[in-house]
Amino acid sequence: MKKLQIIGLLVFVLGFLIFSYIPFLGTYQLEKEMVEQKVKPEHTDAMVRILKPMFGRQYGSNFEFITDFNELFKEYNYDLKVREEWDQVIWDDYAFMLTKSASQGDVRETPLLFLGGSILIAVIGAMIYILPLYKDEPEGIKNNGIYFSSMKSRGVLGIITGAYLILFYVILYWFPEYMTNLVLMLDPVSQAISGNEASQWFLYGFIYTLAILVMGIRMFRKYKGNAYQTLRTGSVMFFQLAFAFLLPEILVLLNMPWHDFKNIWPLDYSFFYEYRIDGMVSSGALGMFMLVWGIILIVLGVPVLTYFYGKRWYCSWVCGCGGLAETLGDPYRQLSDKSLKAWKIERYMIHGVLVFAVVMTLVTIVNYFMEFGLLGQATDQLHSIYGFAIGSAFAGVIGTGFYPFMGNRVWCRFGCPLAAYLGLVQRFKSRFRITTNGGQCISCGNCSTYCEMGIDVRWYAQRGQNIVRSSCVGCGICSAVCPRGVLKLENGEEEGRINEMPIIIGNKSVSVKP
Amino acid sequence: MSKTGRKIVIIGNGISGITCARNIRKSDDQAEILVISGETEHFFSRTALMYIYMGHMKYEHTKPYEDWFWEKNRIGLLKAWIEVVDFDNKKILCHNGNSIAYDILVLATGSAPNKFGWEGQDLQGVQGLYSIQDLEEMEENTQNIHKAVIVGGGLIGVEMAEMLSSRKIPVTFLVREKNFWDNVLPLEEAELINRHIREHHIDLRLETELKVILGDKDKRVKGVMTSEGDVIDCQFVGLTVGVSPHITFVKDTKLATNRGILIDEYFRTNIPEVYAIGDCAEFKEVPSSDRKNIEQVWYTGRMHGETLAHNLTSGKPQPYKPGIWFNSAKFFDIEYQTYGWVPPVWDSKLGSFYWEDKGGKICLRFIYDNSNKKIMGVNAFGFRLRHDFFDKAISEGWLLDKVISNLDRANFNTEFYKPHHKAVLEQYNKEKGTKLQFTKVPFFKRLIGSRT
Repeated sequence: MKKLQIIGLLVFVLGFLIFSYIPFLGTYQLEKEMVEQKVKPEHTDAMVRILKPMFGRQYGSNFEFITDFNELFKEYNYDLKVREEWDQVIWDDYAFMLTKSASQGDVRETPLLFLGGSILIAVIGAMIYILPLYKDEPEGIKNNGIYFSSMKSRGVLGIITGAYLILFYVILYWFPEYMTNLVLMLDPVSQAISGNEASQWFLYGFIYTLAILVMGIRMFRKYKGNAYQTLRTGSVMFFQLAFAFLLPEILVLLNMPWHDFKNIWPLDYSFFYEYRIDGMVSSGALGMFMLVWGIILIVLGVPVLTYFYGKRWYCSWVCGCGGLAETLGDPYRQLSDKSLKAWKIERYMIHGVLVFAVVMTLVTIVNYFMEFGLLGQATDQLHSIYGFAIGSAFAGVIGTGFYPFMGNRVWCRFGCPLAAYLGLVQRFKSRFRITTNGGQCISCGNCSTYCEMGIDVRWYAQRGQNIVRSSCVGCGICSAVCPRGVLKLENGEEEGRINEMPIIIGNKSVSVKP
Repeated sequence: MSKTGRKIVIIGNGISGITCARNIRKSDDQAEILVISGETEHFFSRTALMYIYMGHMKYEHTKPYEDWFWEKNRIGLLKAWIEVVDFDNKKILCHNGNSIAYDILVLATGSAPNKFGWEGQDLQGVQGLYSIQDLEEMEENTQNIHKAVIVGGGLIGVEMAEMLSSRKIPVTFLVREKNFWDNVLPLEEAELINRHIREHHIDLRLETELKVILGDKDKRVKGVMTSEGDVIDCQFVGLTVGVSPHITFVKDTKLATNRGILIDEYFRTNIPEVYAIGDCAEFKEVPSSDRKNIEQVWYTGRMHGETLAHNLTSGKPQPYKPGIWFNSAKFFDIEYQTYGWVPPVWDSKLGSFYWEDKGGKICLRFIYDNSNKKIMGVNAFGFRLRHDFFDKAISEGWLLDKVISNLDRANFNTEFYKPHHKAVLEQYNKEKGTKLQFTKVPFFKRLIGSRT
C-alpha cells in the first residue's frame, strides 16, 4: 500500500473517532422556555410541571441529563398508568428534542467546525485512500487477499465494525437522545436545504448518502473497465442523492410532506398509514401526484419493469437499501451463506414478512374507511410491531449491522417485502435470466462465493442451466468474477429461459431424445 | 446387464470420476457407488486452486456440492491412497491395509506434474502445482520469499505467475518457446499474452530454458541457471512443464499402459470391467482427427464421465464422440475462449481473419477453409463468445461471411460492454471487400434487450 493511502486511512480513522467522541462533549441545561417551545401545546403545562426540578440546572454530560429526564417523565406516566388515566398519559417521546435543546457548549456554538472536524475529515481521508486504488494496475478482478483480510472475512476488524454499526443503529432508533450533539452539528446543513433544524433522521440520511457516494467511488475504482458496474453504481448514487436525500428535504422546504418518490410499498410500509395518506391528500396537486405515483409504481411499475428487466431495475439500480449494500457493503458480499438450508430459511422469512406487510396494510386501509372503529386498536398494534421488528430491528440493525457477519444483503434477502414481491414476478413472469454459456463452466466457485444474495450460481452454471431465481438482484458480479466468460445477465425471450441440459454441449456421444 | 447389487468403485474424485458417479446414480438407483481419493474427502474444483492461494476463496468454496450431497445421493466417499489393484480377484488394497472389492472399476486418477530430470529438481522449494497437497506445499514454500522462478510456458505456469504476483513476489518466467504458449496459440495471440504478462511486471524470458537448479547446504533452492548461463537468485522454483497421467500404482501390472492407461472408444481397458477416464486415460486411437490420445482438459474429463456413466447404465454403450472442440483459460486479466480448430500455424489450405482492438488486449481470430470459406474455428481474447452459437456455426459449416454478419448475436460480453463486434465487421468488410451488415434491431427490441 502506498504511503499516501496509509495516511488516508489514518485520517479516516481519526475523523471517525472524533465523530464517535462528539456525543460525549458539552453540558446540558434545560430551561422552561425550551419546553414551551418544543412540546405540543396540550402537553406544555404537564411537561413544565414534570421537568421543573431540572430547570436551570447544569448537567456535565448527556447521561446525567437523560437519566434525570427519564426518571421524572416515567414517574409521571407511571402514576397515571396505575390510575388507568390513559388519556392523560403522554405517549410522545420528547427526550430527543429536549436533550438537543438543552445541549450547550462548543458543538452548539460552532457546529460546522465539528462537522468539518469529524465527518468531513473522514470523507477526505477515505478519498485519499480510495482514489489511488489499483491506480497502476490493469483492469480486472481485484479480489486478491479478501480471505486474508480481517475486515472482509469476519476477523477482529470485521467484528468491531459490525458491533459499531449495530450500536449505532440501536442508538439511532431507540436512544437518539444520546446522539443529539451529532444532530446539532448538522443543523446548519439542514437549515440550508429545508429550512428546518436537523433531526436524527437527517443525520442518518446525510451519513447514509455520503457512505453511498464515497463507497460508490470505490466501486468505480474497483470495477474500472466494467461498464455495467460503473453505470449501475452511478445510478444508485444518483437516486440516493437526488431522490432519497435532496428532493424530500426540498419538499419540506415547500411545505410538502417529506416524500421519497422512488420508495415503493411494501418496503415503504407506512405508505398507506393514515398520517401519510392525509398528508398527501391535503397537499394539493403534488400531494395527489405522490399518492397516484406511489400506487402506479405498486400495480404497474413493479410488474411491468420487472417483466422486462428483472428485479434488478429496482434492487441494484434504484433502491436505497440496495444502494448502500452495493457500495458500503461491497467488501462483504462474499460472506453470504450459500447453503441450501439458508435458501429454505430465506424463502420462509421473506415471504413471511411480505404476508405480514400485506395483512397489516389491508387492516390499515379497512380501518381507514371504517373511520377508526373496530380495528383501530389492531392497526396501532400491528404498526408498532412491524415498525419495531421489521422496519427498525430487521431492516436497520440487522440489515446493515450484519454486513460484516452475513454479507451485505441480509435485509434484502431475508426480510424485504418489496424484494419478495419483485422476486415473485421475476421468478414466474420475466424476461430476465443469467444465461450460462454452454459447457464452459469449470465449477471454480467464484460466482457463488461473490453472490451477495447467497445464490449457488455454480450449481446451475456447471449443468449448463440458466439461472432464474427470485432473489437475484442482478448486481452482475457473478458475471464479472467468472474467469471463463460463462455468465451473462440478459433480458430475452421467455421461451428457453429455464432450460435443462442433461448432456452438456460439446459431447455428441450420448443424446437425450425427448 | 444386471443392475442390482453391482459395486462400482471409482478411483479419483476429480471432475471425471465425480461426473461419472453422479451420472451413474441418475440412471441407476441400485448400484453401490464408491469414490476413493487420497487427495481430499470431497470433490473440489481443481481449476480453483489458484484462487485459494490468492485469497479469493477458501477451500470450502471450491467444493461444487455441499457435503450432504453425497450421502443423499448414496455416493460413498473414502479418503485413501491406493497401493495395489488386484485385477484377478477384483480387489483394491489401500495404504492403510484395507481391501475393497469391486465389480466394476473406474480409474480416474488424473495427472502428476512433469519433471524432466533437472539437477536440483528435488530441492526444498522446487515444485509443480496440481493437487491440493501441492498447493499446501506452495503456501509453505513461498512464505517470506523475495523471488520466484517459474519454468514452463503453459497454463499452469501463467496461473502460478498470477498467484505469486498476487502476493507481491517478483517472478521470472522462463519459457522455452519463442512466444508464450505458441505451440497452441498463433503468433498474434501469443504476443498479446506476452505483453499482458509483462504488463503485470513479470520478467518473462522467452526462448530460455532451465539448465540447473542451485541449492544451498540445507538442500533449499537458492537459484537457477538458465540456458543462457544467467544465474537467477530465487527461493522458489515452480516447475510447470506439463503433466502426465498419474498411473504409478498400476504400472507393471497386467493393465495395459503406455503414457496413460490404454483404452478404446468405450473407455474399456484391456481388462474386463475396468475402465479409465479423464487425464489418466490414453485412447489407443484418437477420438477424432483434431484431438489427442490423451485429453487433459476439464471439459473432456466431464464428457468422459458422462459417456462412461451412460455406457455403464444403459443397455446400449456408445463410443466416445466428442463434438466441436472448445476450451477456455484466463491469463491474468485476459479471458480466452476457443471453439473449433485453430492451429498455431497453417498453410494455404486455411485462411485466417484476425482483428485486434487498439488497446492490444482484445482480439478475435477466425480460421476458415480456403476452398469453401467455411468457418473452422475461432479464438477469442477478452471477448466472450456464445458457445451454442459457435457449436452450431462450426458443426453446420457456416460461411465466415455469415458468422461475421451474425457476430452481434454471438457476442456474450457483459451488457454495456463496448460493442467491439461493430469494429470487427468494419475491418472484415474492408479486408474482404464485402458489405456485410448486422440485422437491424428495432429500437423497442433493443430497449428491452431482445437478442433475436
